[in-house]
Amino acid sequence: MDSWTLILPELVLAVAGLLVLVAGVIPKRDTSYAVNMAVLGAFLLAAVLVMMQPEGTAYAGQYVADSFTKFTKLLVIAGAALGLLLALDWNVKQNLAKFEYPVLLLLSTVGMMIMLSANDLMALYIGLELLSLSLYVIAAFDRDNARSTEAGLKYFVLGALASGLLLYGSSLIYGFTGSTNFDRIADAVAATEGVPFGLVVGLVFVLAALAFKVSAVPFHMWTPDVYEGAPTPVTAFFASAPKVAAIGLLTRVAAGPFGDLADQWQQVIILCSLGSMILGSLAAIGQKNIKRLMAYSSIGHVGYALMGLAVGSGLGVRALLLYMAIYLFTNVGAFAVLAAMRRQGRSLEGVDDLAGVGRTDPAMALAMTIFMFSMAGIPPMAGFFGKYFVIGAAIQGGYMTLAVVGVLTSAISAYYYLRVIKVMWFDNGVGALDARPASLSVVMAGTGLFTVFFFAFPAPFLAAAQAAVAALVG
Amino acid sequence: MNAAGFPLLSLLTFLPLVGAGILLFIRGEEAVVASNARWTALWTSLIVFGLSLILWFSFDKTTADYQFVEQMTWMPEFGLGYHLGVDGISVLFVLLSTLLTPICILASWESVQTRVREYMIAFLVLETMMIGMFASLDMLMFYIFFEGVLVPMFLIIGVWGGARRVYAAYKLFLYTLLGSLLMLLAILTLWYMAGTTSIPELMKLQIPRNMQIWMFLAFFASFAVKVPMWPVHTWLPDAHVEAPTAGSVILAGVLLKMGGYGFLRFSVPLLPEATEWFAPLIFALSVIAVIYTSLVAMAQEDMKKLIAYSSVAHMGIVTLGIFVMNHQGLSGAIFQMLSHGIVSGALFLCVGVVYDRVHSREINRYGGVAKVMPVYAVLFMGFTMASVALPGTAGFPGEFLVLVGAWQVNPWVAFFAGFSMILGACYMLWLYRRVLFGRITKDEIKHLLDLSPREWLTFAPLVVLTLWMGLYPSSFTSFFDASVTALLARHEAALALPRLAGM
Repeated sequence: MDSWTLILPELVLAVAGLLVLVAGVIPKRDTSYAVNMAVLGAFLLAAVLVMMQPEGTAYAGQYVADSFTKFTKLLVIAGAALGLLLALDWNVKQNLAKFEYPVLLLLSTVGMMIMLSANDLMALYIGLELLSLSLYVIAAFDRDNARSTEAGLKYFVLGALASGLLLYGSSLIYGFTGSTNFDRIADAVAATEGVPFGLVVGLVFVLAALAFKVSAVPFHMWTPDVYEGAPTPVTAFFASAPKVAAIGLLTRVAAGPFGDLADQWQQVIILCSLGSMILGSLAAIGQKNIKRLMAYSSIGHVGYALMGLAVGSGLGVRALLLYMAIYLFTNVGAFAVLAAMRRQGRSLEGVDDLAGVGRTDPAMALAMTIFMFSMAGIPPMAGFFGKYFVIGAAIQGGYMTLAVVGVLTSAISAYYYLRVIKVMWFDNGVGALDARPASLSVVMAGTGLFTVFFFAFPAPFLAAAQAAVAALVG
Repeated sequence: MNAAGFPLLSLLTFLPLVGAGILLFIRGEEAVVASNARWTALWTSLIVFGLSLILWFSFDKTTADYQFVEQMTWMPEFGLGYHLGVDGISVLFVLLSTLLTPICILASWESVQTRVREYMIAFLVLETMMIGMFASLDMLMFYIFFEGVLVPMFLIIGVWGGARRVYAAYKLFLYTLLGSLLMLLAILTLWYMAGTTSIPELMKLQIPRNMQIWMFLAFFASFAVKVPMWPVHTWLPDAHVEAPTAGSVILAGVLLKMGGYGFLRFSVPLLPEATEWFAPLIFALSVIAVIYTSLVAMAQEDMKKLIAYSSVAHMGIVTLGIFVMNHQGLSGAIFQMLSHGIVSGALFLCVGVVYDRVHSREINRYGGVAKVMPVYAVLFMGFTMASVALPGTAGFPGEFLVLVGAWQVNPWVAFFAGFSMILGACYMLWLYRRVLFGRITKDEIKHLLDLSPREWLTFAPLVVLTLWMGLYPSSFTSFFDASVTALLARHEAALALPRLAGM
């Protein structure tokens, strides 16, 4: 099927974004609340449309819709909607309640969806840039705050470099295969004898750019600073939806057009995975700022997820998708707690500021405990199953080094997750935190229940991930 | 199929969680919440104990098969199933867990005054994890429960523990986690080789010898820490000292048994060649544990630490018994685990009794307690005797059987392991003399009150069991006789295969 109706979800979101923009500008009074609700509605509509979307390609093969895009897009939309929920109360309290914020989130979501459906290097670039440009702006959304603007600028400069790498790599790939379309590239790679050096260089450039987006070692440098500087709900968004989108894209690029070059890209991914796991577990130990800690933790988690890709099997990719799904919800939940850290109206970011929460707000402490144990991979939380599938895939593929390093770094990283729990339950605090807003409580409760009870109802997730993998590797 | 006619094991496993769920929703004044939490937890655990007695009465002792089996699909495409069942080896451990939990809750009745609700929730979750672990017939489920124990235990020690509780909680968690994660690698490898994690299915698997060695090491990393064996025992004294009394009771009573149980459930039946190959190493470590930690125990100034070290020594006897691989040794090891669960649990309760009154665990702060607390002195004496394996008490049959079993394999091993009884008598009696006898020199000792009715209630079942196990051990050994025989037959058959091939 080659029809423009296939891109209905993206179209609806984009049009909604433009309408909301207009609706936000014209009235004189503050419209941010209505705009937020409209954007949440648009997300809901888009999710429904994605679920009903038929499979096929459109725009001369540039756009593809299959069960892989369905799975990852639903995750991305869920992540974006949750990210917006986290920001509702925060933006009001920080005097950032401007209607541009939800619109930018919405546009970045359109970008992510285009990325995930891209079947062409050009479509990939357009999606990625739409995402990145929105992210640059919202990273600096707290524009009177020096750290936030620094975060935005830093992310922009490095992100632009990554885009340059991507374009350069794409041009090399185009030069050596004669096409930008993923299917044509796959055909060309299969047809050529041996592996042209230029093609490998191009591939590595593209991988480097995508590794930058997922913040895998050694392209992770921006992550801690940007995570720390950006407003907390923005950090939450950064660490969830765009990461899923970029990993999904990376998976499609690796498994699709360059499936025959697996020997070449596997080495790169294995190195990224090992490096991310090791750095993520060691560097987080000394962090005092909890957002920085979460930044390193997210680097570590990307390492585990990439292990699934590095293995290069269907089982591995399925493990990767499950890992990202579990990571997304656990992570958003943890950031909901961070967003609720406020005393006398001032937002707090130190790990030690959580001291005594176990006494003053046991429900939130319980939720955070669940998220931390899940991230540490302690059963029966969802995070354990993520690690179980990924490491299982590594063992099945015979990648014992990855499996052993994964296990060891997981034990090391338990140390700093435990520290958060320790601070909450064992230490005495200086006083209660401000009351939680309802929106954050809803997010905490929802993601917390998911994290705890994933073990009881894994079947639908497994089935969806399995279908997604089947679309990708057949 | 299921002797009880209803999913008994699932009920036992998840009923405590229901209790914990109810506790979550208690609202009101702090004192009211605390009181309600205590009663809810007590009743939940008592109901679970009452239900678990069905296992005692309707367990078929003539067969080594799994009983009360429940099976459901869980993640079929991964070969993971929900699979519960008990055999002769595990059934008594389930009962031990269900018995000790209400005792622990009673023991914490007055000593825990802060965050009572959270404390009770942690204990009920802990009970779920313990029962689930012993009843799992699926390797992944076993692992989930095995690891899940750490979560409530970490909080129990960290929130309600002593001065160095944070250090102790971390040490417990990280030591065990690292070991367990290595076991996870072995579990995943087994899963990959067999395509399933069902334990009965895995028993049919033939694993190549060099794989067996690696997998044995991976399992060993986890179980040796949990037992704990020398030299990875150092987390135990810290954890015991800092844990609240009930935490120590559960730790010594049930958690240490998870290691021994793991050896019996996985290492020995799955990896027969590696078991044979590593046996001398285990003997050496066990004997070192017995002698070294007994000597260390003698030098302790802290009552709980002393009993903790004695636990390491006693568990050394257990690992020795498991790996001598004969009927006496295995039966003795299982019996020793059960009796140690009762006796060391009771000893920690004894320490708790005086700690609640004096708020010190230091031996020097006591002396002459027997004059003011005669009933307590008699009880403490009884459990001390059981701990040093006096015939007629629970400690004797297990230790004796293991030594007999070890003698058949290697008399020297039995000779050195026999020091367990001699050195045990030294440190335990010395402890007893310093705490209970002598002149009262401290004022605070003069006004101590003897056991309260509640304390009586906590000790009564343990006293009965200590005597019962000592005087008529058959009512316990009969549970696991068939399973031990089957385990040994399996082991012999598995070892005969490669020998035949080699000829």
